[in-house]
Amino acid sequence: MSRHRDIRNMDFQDDYDGYDDVYGHSVDDDYYISPSNKQFIYNRDNSRDKNIQEEDEKEAELSDMDKAKLESCITQITEMLGSTLIPRNELVNVIMKFNYNTERSLNALLEQQNKEPERIEQVVAIPRTTIVPADTADKIVKVTAPQQNPLSVTKGFELPPARLDISKLQATSRSQSPASGRGTPVNQEVPDELKTTRRENKIDPDTQYKKERGEGKEHLYMVVIGHVDAGKSTLMGHLLCELGQVNQKVMHKYEQESKKLGKQSFMYAWVLDETGEERTRGITMDVGRFQFETKTKAVTLLDAPGHRDFIPNMISGAGQADVALMVVDATRGEFESGFDYGGQTREHALLVRSLGVSQLAVAINKLDTVSWSQERFDDIVKKLKVFLKQAGFRESDVTFVPCSGLTGQNLIEKPTENELLVWYNGPCLLETIDKFKSPQRPVSKPFRLSINDIFKGTGSAFCVSGRVETGALNVSDKVLVCPNRESAIVKSLSIEEASQLVVFAGDQATVTLSGIEMQNVSVGNILCDPIRPVQVATKFQARIVVFNVQVPITKGYSVVLHHQSLVEPAVITKLISQLNKSTGELEKKHPRFLGNNTSATIEIQVQRPIALELYSECKELGRVMLRQGGVTIAAGLITNITV
Amino acid sequence: MRLVDKSIDKEGEGSITLIPEEPEDMWHAYNLISEGDSVRSTTIRKVQSESATGSSTSNRVRTMLTITVENIDFDTQACMLRLKGRNIEENQYVKMGAYHTLDLELNRKFSLRKHEWDSVSLERVEISVDPTKSADVAAVIMQEGLAHVCLITSSMTLVRAKIDVTIPRKRKGFVQQHEKGLAKFYENVMQGILRHVNFDIVKCVLIGSPGFVRDQFFEYMFQMAVKLDNKVLLDNKSKFMLVHTSSGFKHSLKEVLQDPAVINKISETKAAGEVKALENFYTTLQCEPAKAFYGKKHVETANEAQAIETLLISDNLFRCKDVNLRKEYVNLVDSVRESGGDVKIFSSLHISGEQLEQLTGVAAILRFPMPELEDEDSEAEED
Repeated sequence: MSRHRDIRNMDFQDDYDGYDDVYGHSVDDDYYISPSNKQFIYNRDNSRDKNIQEEDEKEAELSDMDKAKLESCITQITEMLGSTLIPRNELVNVIMKFNYNTERSLNALLEQQNKEPERIEQVVAIPRTTIVPADTADKIVKVTAPQQNPLSVTKGFELPPARLDISKLQATSRSQSPASGRGTPVNQEVPDELKTTRRENKIDPDTQYKKERGEGKEHLYMVVIGHVDAGKSTLMGHLLCELGQVNQKVMHKYEQESKKLGKQSFMYAWVLDETGEERTRGITMDVGRFQFETKTKAVTLLDAPGHRDFIPNMISGAGQADVALMVVDATRGEFESGFDYGGQTREHALLVRSLGVSQLAVAINKLDTVSWSQERFDDIVKKLKVFLKQAGFRESDVTFVPCSGLTGQNLIEKPTENELLVWYNGPCLLETIDKFKSPQRPVSKPFRLSINDIFKGTGSAFCVSGRVETGALNVSDKVLVCPNRESAIVKSLSIEEASQLVVFAGDQATVTLSGIEMQNVSVGNILCDPIRPVQVATKFQARIVVFNVQVPITKGYSVVLHHQSLVEPAVITKLISQLNKSTGELEKKHPRFLGNNTSATIEIQVQRPIALELYSECKELGRVMLRQGGVTIAAGLITNITV
Repeated sequence: MRLVDKSIDKEGEGSITLIPEEPEDMWHAYNLISEGDSVRSTTIRKVQSESATGSSTSNRVRTMLTITVENIDFDTQACMLRLKGRNIEENQYVKMGAYHTLDLELNRKFSLRKHEWDSVSLERVEISVDPTKSADVAAVIMQEGLAHVCLITSSMTLVRAKIDVTIPRKRKGFVQQHEKGLAKFYENVMQGILRHVNFDIVKCVLIGSPGFVRDQFFEYMFQMAVKLDNKVLLDNKSKFMLVHTSSGFKHSLKEVLQDPAVINKISETKAAGEVKALENFYTTLQCEPAKAFYGKKHVETANEAQAIETLLISDNLFRCKDVNLRKEYVNLVDSVRESGGDVKIFSSLHISGEQLEQLTGVAAILRFPMPELEDEDSEAEED
């Protein structure tokens, strides 16, 4: 019999603890020999430890009067149901819930019973998925609850995997055989067990999150945006340098090498721009990443490219961010060219706002070139304030910081430049970053991760990385890759090279997948919970806000759709209605075209099915961005999905 | 296409004999032939014959058949045209009324008989037999991980290869994987060009991409060409042209064809002309919405007022099965021409044609604003 024993999940310590108590039956009896045996064995096992204990706890608190009531209720109910199939503790619970009303509790119990069979079918359909979480829940409880009675913990959680296996077998055999009556008592127990594991799982993410992330610094993802050559990379490179994140030796190397190329001003930017291509051309092309810590936050920096052609990369970077740092070049003429029509300052700001970033810091960079003129600073701030308000940023969520990326003024320490000290005594850049509030993470929602990158890991498996939008993911969970709806198993998880057992919403995670071909996964796919998967569609309706467009949007307009990290060509198939921009009221049905700064409901069709969600259900996956000819023309929220 | 014979009486009934010479001619033929026409061409048919003893043998014979067309099938990628219909001229192999499917072949003449040759079809014949061929252009539209190799002829855009590869992003310490993925991608695109672009015909290869992808690719391709001693590429280096586009998707081809440098080089291909016309339409719609309309109803009302300056119409509309509907569109075209307007028939195989098709297939730029049209429409749609 030993080969049937689940050796891996056994806790020998507990086994020995209970050994004397269960003297008289062999250990093997816990692992049912055959389905027909189970019902006989189960009760004994159950009454021995779990039930009695809970009864003691519950009933001890009751007064004599209540106890009497309870007892009479129980007898009544057991008489009616004709058996003791329902565990006593559950009976007690139900009865107490309905305040000793026999009839109502009886109804509740019967209803519960009716529901049971359905639940089993569900188990059959997705047997493995339910087992896997149970398994992990098991592990976690062991770690987190040492103070509880080890006996009850073991019995409650050690067994489910084995039992569920049997239930699965039974349910299938039962559905095929006519003798359904025989299975009933067993079935009743199984969902009971299942419910507990499920419930446990549901609560898990939140408590788990608190446990894992309660102490320690809050995580914050910050994207750096701004017009090309505003000095984003240099500013952040210098900041990292001063924070001591960059090795002195490495920095010296960069200095020497950049000198050789005649681009010494780029030495700090090289910290973030790593490929040869980026260095020789002197512009950021893909999102660079770096970590640093402030007093209260652990910040992951995403250095977005500013160049017009790389905005798709910038969108994928900004999609992962909680907050944004906008870098503005204060040099005369440069600010104007970056901000006024054609510059990326506006587009970036609108983009990050539409991607759900609401907190913004504006670093007015290169102020040293205008000799720290307050007039210039105020001028820029004034212009930006008006614009940012229009873009939908609240004034209280926007802060302005004067600084210089190249000389390093006002980055991590109060400025030393006299000209600046005269009029500025606000916080430095690092303090501003520290002041960002980190947003609430939707940990308890169903799991979603949008794939941003796919690469070969070590060994035969491959890794995908991306931001966990909602929910939590444990190692060895089963996930569904949408829109292909292929399932895969999580082999390992890591955040920035550090391996983890569980990742939560907001994390930038690397997931090693197995059980799926690398070719079947592409950038922009969504990993999701197989029980509650995302919707997959080729056609959907969205409420959009049209930005500055040179040609009006008409029916049949072809656009590039950005949804998380997905980039797909799409066609606007219908203009359903034009809405008032501020009130959202209907202005015109079936407009002929949409001009500048209008709001409308439209229908969009993509060639290949994509995974998406309604905005009302999942903010993160309910946003889309429409671009055409290298310009962002509209941002939208998904309001209706046509399946 | 070569015109062999044309006999049309004054009512417009008659037949035309043509010899298709290039794949593109099949596209013209597809646009010419509509259901109900009769087509006469040589074809191969399997004929079963029964001997006196009762044993049957079947063999394939080449024979001349005339059918009334019931069904038309066109494969845009292979440029194959198949016509299905009943035989109307009995011969020794095929009985009257038997079904046959004609495969039109290159360099074999066919004659087409219509009950009515309208102006649009006659114009189509004229265009198709025009010997002055405009430049044949190949275009590669790419971005990191995605490329389309297309051939652009005067009335068709054919996507010959689509390369879609996932390239790992650059990440700390793993730049290698990124670069390896990129090299593999470039290799695929290069193979796509070598396989699908015939440098004897193609006069110009456009490489369009955002950022520096095109430059990197160009560099890679010629490095490889030197390494592999690929004469074809090296000899034709001057035919390559690098252009900026906003993305690697197919519809970015529009941007390529708008590039002034490209327009100079490929001088007035139909494709470029169409893109320009559609762009004009959109600009008018933005600046003077009362002067640009789309949709059959609007355009027809505008035409009644003789207001149409330029009519944009997709050739898809002339291929419809409903004879009366087709007649309406032909009348529209004729009447616009009569009143001195310009008519541009878009090829639905071009990018601009695809977009026009989505836009109901017909659009017009007017000589003078007709705001009443706009009002009328909102009333009509409300009830």
